[in-house]
Amino acid sequence: MSDDHSTESIQEHIRVYIMVFGALAVLTVVTVLASYLEVSTSEGIFLALIIASVKASLVAGYFMHLISEKNTIIWILVLTVVFFFIMLFLPLISYTDQVNI
Amino acid sequence: MWINSKLGIWIFLASEIMLFGGLFSAYIFLRLAAPPGDFARWATELSVPLATVNTLVLISSSVSMVMAWASLKLKDFPKYKMYMGITLLCSFIFLVIKYFEYTSKFSHHIYPSSSTFMAIYFTLTGLHGIHIIGGMIVMIYFWLPIGAKMWDSQPELFTNRVEVLGLYWHFVDLVWIFLFPVLYLL
Repeated sequence: MSDDHSTESIQEHIRVYIMVFGALAVLTVVTVLASYLEVSTSEGIFLALIIASVKASLVAGYFMHLISEKNTIIWILVLTVVFFFIMLFLPLISYTDQVNI
Repeated sequence: MWINSKLGIWIFLASEIMLFGGLFSAYIFLRLAAPPGDFARWATELSVPLATVNTLVLISSSVSMVMAWASLKLKDFPKYKMYMGITLLCSFIFLVIKYFEYTSKFSHHIYPSSSTFMAIYFTLTGLHGIHIIGGMIVMIYFWLPIGAKMWDSQPELFTNRVEVLGLYWHFVDLVWIFLFPVLYLL
């Protein structure tokens, strides 16, 4: 996280934490309400994952301070996400090949 | 010294992303291979209101955890104790609600062996629950005098340890943010 840890800076952080908390609570309710929308399964999955990703970004960015984190840590995470998608898509390619999609 | 511990926890969290990522990947393939509508039908056995409350409880625990760290930065130890206590209480409430969810399933003779959906549901939420218990053990340590006494001798090191604990806890919250819609709402 940023090295600026003066009293004013921390109090500013606290204001941000409260706002993020409010946003997360609202988005949780929105997630539940969105599940009742009359949409197709794929649209429902897309919508739910978009909202979850926004919530996850708020937690990672502000509570975990990734927004001001050192580049070393950011690159470790980028590499992890790349490997996660490789892990996800390799068998997916194999699956779609088997069922001739 | 501070960066080493943060680098360490982030590398650990990267391995955790792969662990939960592997299980999410398993969920996707099991769902693709299941008869159409099978997962959605089994998901109706779960309680959305209880899971929504649990999501709000876990989000609250995350904000109280970060407030505990901020209190230490402001050199306000009593507030740290209060916020860490709230975090512990929230994590305990989460487990109690999860206990009621599990026992409700068992009383209806629904077990991991009942269906593919239930197998992956109990695996994912069970592993997540174990992470909650692990976090609680460390929280109790840093809340009780045995761990908290470090504040008197090495306040900066103690603050750093609480920050590292916070990073782990936010990750546990982050996993639940994806588990909730994937298991309960889709």
